Amino acid sequence: MTLLSVENLAIDVTRDGESHRLVHDAHFSLERGETQAVVGESGSGKSLTALAAMGLLGEGLSVASGRILFEGQDVTALSEAAHNDLRGSGIAMIFQEPMTSLNPVRSIQHQLTEGMRLKLGLSRRAARDRALELLTEVGISDPERRLKQYPHQLSGGMRQRVMIAIALSCKPRLILADEPTTALDVTIQAQILALTSRLCRDHGVGLVLITHNLGIVARHAQNVAVMYGGRVVERASARALYNDPRHPYTQGLLASVPRLDLPRDTPLRPVPGAPPDPTVPLPGCRFHPRCPWATDVCRERVPPFEAEGDHEVACWNAEVASESRRREGVA
Amino acid sequence: MASYMLRRFLGSLVVMWAVATLVFFMLRLVPGDPIAAMLADAGGAEEIEAMRRSLGLDRSLLVQYGIWFGNMLQGDLGNSIYGSRVPVTEALAEALPRTLSLSLLAFVIAIVIAVPAGILSATRRNSATDTTVSLLAFLGLSMPDFWLAILLIIVFAANLQWLPAIGYVPLSEGFWPWFSHLILPAIAVGTAFSAIIARMIRSSLLEVLKSDYMRTARSKGLTPRMLMFGHALPNAMIPVITVIGIAFALLISGAVVVENVFAIKGLGRVLIEGILNRDYPIVQGAVLVVSAIFVFSNLLVDLLYGVIDPRIRLN
Repeated sequence: MTLLSVENLAIDVTRDGESHRLVHDAHFSLERGETQAVVGESGSGKSLTALAAMGLLGEGLSVASGRILFEGQDVTALSEAAHNDLRGSGIAMIFQEPMTSLNPVRSIQHQLTEGMRLKLGLSRRAARDRALELLTEVGISDPERRLKQYPHQLSGGMRQRVMIAIALSCKPRLILADEPTTALDVTIQAQILALTSRLCRDHGVGLVLITHNLGIVARHAQNVAVMYGGRVVERASARALYNDPRHPYTQGLLASVPRLDLPRDTPLRPVPGAPPDPTVPLPGCRFHPRCPWATDVCRERVPPFEAEGDHEVACWNAEVASESRRREGVA
Repeated sequence: MASYMLRRFLGSLVVMWAVATLVFFMLRLVPGDPIAAMLADAGGAEEIEAMRRSLGLDRSLLVQYGIWFGNMLQGDLGNSIYGSRVPVTEALAEALPRTLSLSLLAFVIAIVIAVPAGILSATRRNSATDTTVSLLAFLGLSMPDFWLAILLIIVFAANLQWLPAIGYVPLSEGFWPWFSHLILPAIAVGTAFSAIIARMIRSSLLEVLKSDYMRTARSKGLTPRMLMFGHALPNAMIPVITVIGIAFALLISGAVVVENVFAIKGLGRVLIEGILNRDYPIVQGAVLVVSAIFVFSNLLVDLLYGVIDPRIRLN
């Protein structure tokens, strides 16, 4: 059974009686033990998709259509109580901001063990023993001492390790990691990412890795879904996406990542323009105002999602864009 | 933490000294002569002079201050210079338990009402419950305590005759007599306090509920009870405790006024009579005690921070 399958998900925000669509069409899926990356810039709807799966969409936000199947069960249709049962033990989440994601007035021990005591029914002692194991596993030295400490006594990297330990603590089948390394030092980023992905693999946990950095997912994800303006625009295996990005936006993202295998003076090319404002209606492809290949049809009609093998893309001009890139690459 | 406590304690002593000094000199700046008040035009110039000398009021202000301060350090606040000439400490020792009983009972009642009310209105924001609580809080804040006191007497003492209207019975004579005499004044004093705390808990909780760590806690699938009492409240109470410390002064001053309505001879009564009679030692002593209560309740609040917030305790 597919572990997680997001199907045609749409999320609306309603404020002061006015409703806007923030996520138009998110879809991707992953199997147990796999890593799926969801890539896109701020406001592309990737975090909202994860929060919808957790049932933690904030005030005014709601799933408008589509389904999120976790082990075959549509979680968007669950009651709050049933969804709460799933949190932690079925689906766990790692958040972006380790500095503010831990409760400042509760000890690490409390924050790490309370879920286990509730969800796994462990005694105080058993939960503490498992907490020590988990801290060791996420690479925290002197776990005995750390358990007694409070978040402000830990560095950002250590706090994120604690977050990973918390996410793993109730033996979930799926972890949603929402930009887990964005707030960290560059040197720590790679460690945390490698740790997260190794632990998920070792424990057979599915991982959805949400990031704006295409560069960091190459090594850790089997599959990548690229989101733009609330829509998944390209979906492929990580290898296929890097070797042959078809959507102009994906190409733009890749061109803006610094690479070591190119000459040092190769200029980085940013994607011009800004992401679309969700409150302003935009017909056709949502990327067309920024797209170098945009034609009339792009301005009028939403491109359908077309598959070529495992590589899916939603672009009217994917052929042209991809052909041009190949020529450029050769030249 | 130990040095923090010591610093705060020494700081409190300095504040106490400043208050005592200020009160001493301010009283002497107030128009009105205690001798004139005592003799009420009856005595001649000689008698006035003799009395002035016997009370030490003929010496320079600094000498008077020195004597008073030296005696105070030894626990001697002097004698009342009016009427019975009782020692000030005796008058205060009689009045203090009444005011403290009243204030503490008012405090307990206020907290018992405010905490659940604040939690309810924060967790059910913009619901009918929230509106009701806000409305009641607004009402409670707007009603003058002495007016509420009179209203309570009319309803529960005069009309329903459930409770005594006036007076005070010490706790040593049984809980119910003590409680039944104090409950009405305590409600009158505590209502505004309760309203402030309930509003404060509401706004503080709303802030906390939006925080990242609450989202983390929710993502663990904790029960609503664990979320509220394990995560939200411990954080939300930090600013509330500050307000409790400051509002405690309001409670004491409320008690001073309400005591008069219920004819309880507490600090308020002592203070007001002292002022009317220009009874310097009594006023000085009473103000000193009130300010001590205020300063040390704030000290207590600072120490509570350490208990509730590890960021203070461990730095």
